[in-house]
Amino acid sequence: MGIFLDYVYAFAVGGAFCVVAQILIDKTKLTPARILVAFVVSGVVLGGMGIYKYIADFAGAGASVPLTGFGYALSEGVKKAIDEKGAIGILTGGLSATAAGIATSMVLALLTALIFKSKNK
Amino acid sequence: MSVNKQKYKKYVEKSAKKSPIVKNCVKAFLVGGLICAIGQALMQLYMYLDISEEVSKALVSVSLIFITALLTGFGIFDNIAKHAGAGTLVPITGFANSVVSPALDNKSEGWIMGLGAKIFIIAGPVILYGTTASVIYGVIYYLCKVLL
Repeated sequence: MGIFLDYVYAFAVGGAFCVVAQILIDKTKLTPARILVAFVVSGVVLGGMGIYKYIADFAGAGASVPLTGFGYALSEGVKKAIDEKGAIGILTGGLSATAAGIATSMVLALLTALIFKSKNK
Repeated sequence: MSVNKQKYKKYVEKSAKKSPIVKNCVKAFLVGGLICAIGQALMQLYMYLDISEEVSKALVSVSLIFITALLTGFGIFDNIAKHAGAGTLVPITGFANSVVSPALDNKSEGWIMGLGAKIFIIAGPVILYGTTASVIYGVIYYLCKVLL
């Protein structure tokens, strides 16, 4: 039952983040790029204020999979790096914590471009 | 009667304007929720395989990015995204697609200034402002730690 609830929370919270973005898109005509930037920066701010931790503990992947989770990972990475290495962590923490996602996207994008042809135009 | 007609017209206009946003939100909720539930399932799988929580989290991102790259390559992702809106945009799948898609589309303009330069046309700002925000937070956190 506990495991089932984990899925419900992940689904509900992750879905709720998407609804917020959808309302912003439909109501304000913000471009997707601006939405993504806003969500990542919000994640950093909420992470820094210690609020996102509660959402993450509660929703699991529902908090880590949306782009706010990317921002949360940036802020958590900085915090951890400062605790471990001191001031240099201000600069190294964020990108280190998110390196797997960024590197995977880059390498797979290149591989995809090598293998597939563009479907647009 | 004319008042009723006018009222009716207003009502129709109102609901016609309203219904796409409600419909869009429901679709975004269902697709976005499903992607996060898949993420949760992958997380449980990796934890079950005795992989540490930190590595499992990274692997969930890697897995979802891999699936996105594959679906983008086959041209399936765009068809899902058309209906899902923010449902595929907000999860890490949207970030991955924003890297893979320009790579594919700008390949014809060359590997360096085409694909290479334009691959971060959307993800670049995300990483720029996300990292900058995290550095600002880092400065504040560090100062609080040293001074307090």
